[in-house]
Amino acid sequence: MSASKGIPASAPMVRAPAQRSIAGWQRAAIVLLGAAAALAPIWVLDSFPLFQLTMAIIYAVAVLGLNIVTGYSGQISLGHGAFFAVGAYATAILMAHFDWSFWATLPVAALVCAAIGFCIGFPALRLHGLYLALTTFALAVAVPQLLKHRALEGWTGGVQGLFLLKPDPPSWLPLSPDRWMYVVVLVIAALMYLLAWNLIRSRIGRALMATRDHPTAAEAMGMDIASLKTRAFAVSATITGVAGSLSAVAVEYVAPDSFTFFVSITLFVGMVAGGIASILGSLFGGLFVVFVPNIAEAISRSAPGVIYGVILILFLFVMPDGFAGLLRRLWARAFGPRG
Amino acid sequence: MALLEVRDVAVRFGGVTAVAGVSFDVEERQICGLIGPNGAGKTTLFNCINGIYRPNEGEIRFAGRPITALPRHRMAGLGIGRTFQNLALFRSMTVRDNVLAGAHALGRTGFLASALRLPAVRQEEAAMEDRARGLLALLDLEAVAETPVAALPFGTQKRVEMARALIGGPKLLLLDEPAGGLNHEEVDGLAGLLVDIRRQFDLSILLVEHHMNLVMRVSDKVVALDFGRKIADGTPEEVRSDPEVIRAYLGGGEHARAA
Repeated sequence: MSASKGIPASAPMVRAPAQRSIAGWQRAAIVLLGAAAALAPIWVLDSFPLFQLTMAIIYAVAVLGLNIVTGYSGQISLGHGAFFAVGAYATAILMAHFDWSFWATLPVAALVCAAIGFCIGFPALRLHGLYLALTTFALAVAVPQLLKHRALEGWTGGVQGLFLLKPDPPSWLPLSPDRWMYVVVLVIAALMYLLAWNLIRSRIGRALMATRDHPTAAEAMGMDIASLKTRAFAVSATITGVAGSLSAVAVEYVAPDSFTFFVSITLFVGMVAGGIASILGSLFGGLFVVFVPNIAEAISRSAPGVIYGVILILFLFVMPDGFAGLLRRLWARAFGPRG
Repeated sequence: MALLEVRDVAVRFGGVTAVAGVSFDVEERQICGLIGPNGAGKTTLFNCINGIYRPNEGEIRFAGRPITALPRHRMAGLGIGRTFQNLALFRSMTVRDNVLAGAHALGRTGFLASALRLPAVRQEEAAMEDRARGLLALLDLEAVAETPVAALPFGTQKRVEMARALIGGPKLLLLDEPAGGLNHEEVDGLAGLLVDIRRQFDLSILLVEHHMNLVMRVSDKVVALDFGRKIADGTPEEVRSDPEVIRAYLGGGEHARAA
């Protein structure tokens, strides 16, 4: 029995909006230009601004992870700094104590975060909205204290933390470790964004948004809410954990005080400023949380927090639905409301 | 064997009996109307069939298989589709994505395959897009396919719900007051649509509806409830002229209610 039976085969094709009908060579050209623009900072920027840009991209990956669970799956997490920390420490411990190469630690960090995220997903099924936000916030508060705990000190280095080194560039590439780090971060970030983009545009992505918008109707469409939500938590934690792992080698140092609950808040700010439930917005969110505090500090050395707050308020006032919302409105104005 | 068999179903909320031992069948390709005054137990019974409530007694079988103990998200995969009394669309999504979400139970690909966009995912997506195109055309939704549903008028949103329910290829379509909030002309259109859908998609429809004119026009069979009991079951003509139905609707039998 098929539902397509009886539907006219010649049903007129609805031509998708303009961006879907781009020709293959145009798409290739856009990708190449984008890659060139993304790699340009290696040659253009000095080492400190390049480091900042590297960190901004790492935060953009972390914000992307948060956006999967909070933006798309509708489960508020104020504790994603915990996954960021776990990813960073997984890499740091394996590199500092076991001499693993960074590349070998990355999948381990991802898997550890996936497992923890999946487990957190179960209590999250029974908690909604602000209750879930507070519970995850408790996680963010607990993690730095656990990292300092005496029982784990042998592994985590306690308050002193752990030192490690950036991965070496391959010998055939004439790049300094800083520049190579930027390339590594860029490639892994691009991969994470591609995977997230595929996921969100798929049957699973639609199911995540559907369970967020109307759980009862979603169940009637055959969606298993518990399975979707726990897996969304796992995917989200994995992506944020990968960002944490990258941050450990980019900074070459991990310590509990780098992973206070403030990281969780930073990621949340990045998500809101970039755009809730927006892939592209997450990228902007990462840039926002790294560069806007710098701007604030340039304006006032004595009270950068105040300036940061003012910028944030102005920003949300002008762009209530984040940077992605602004882009969407500009796009609609330029190409008509259905673009 | 009937497609849907409802057997001695009873539902109690605390001390209140909402449905008291109701039995009826819906045959394949049959349009069955479920009527009754407010509080008769129609919606409760309806929610038992789609798994939202578990009956305290009795059994419901679909295509010969007991479904009373199954989790709610399994119903769509078995071939039971539904629409909601007050719209239950995915508000932030476009019309097309709402309709595609209705095809969820037909898909098999999971998180990993989707993130990697494996060939199986592409094939599945292409097949679903095809079905969605057909339904958007059938329900006259092509012009608004890329519009977020929340921006559309009520009548259009109801058509989106219908498309979303049909794309999964249900064998039984449960419609909860589809005429609610529609104007006279739209109700006429709906009557035609229901008959069309039954023919094109080879399915049965269970219709819970207040709009008596619509029920009597499209149904092959009508089941009437009052105070949780079945009071009549037959062709629209038989049910319309049934004395107990008339009494229930016109309120002529205060003594019957007291009993």
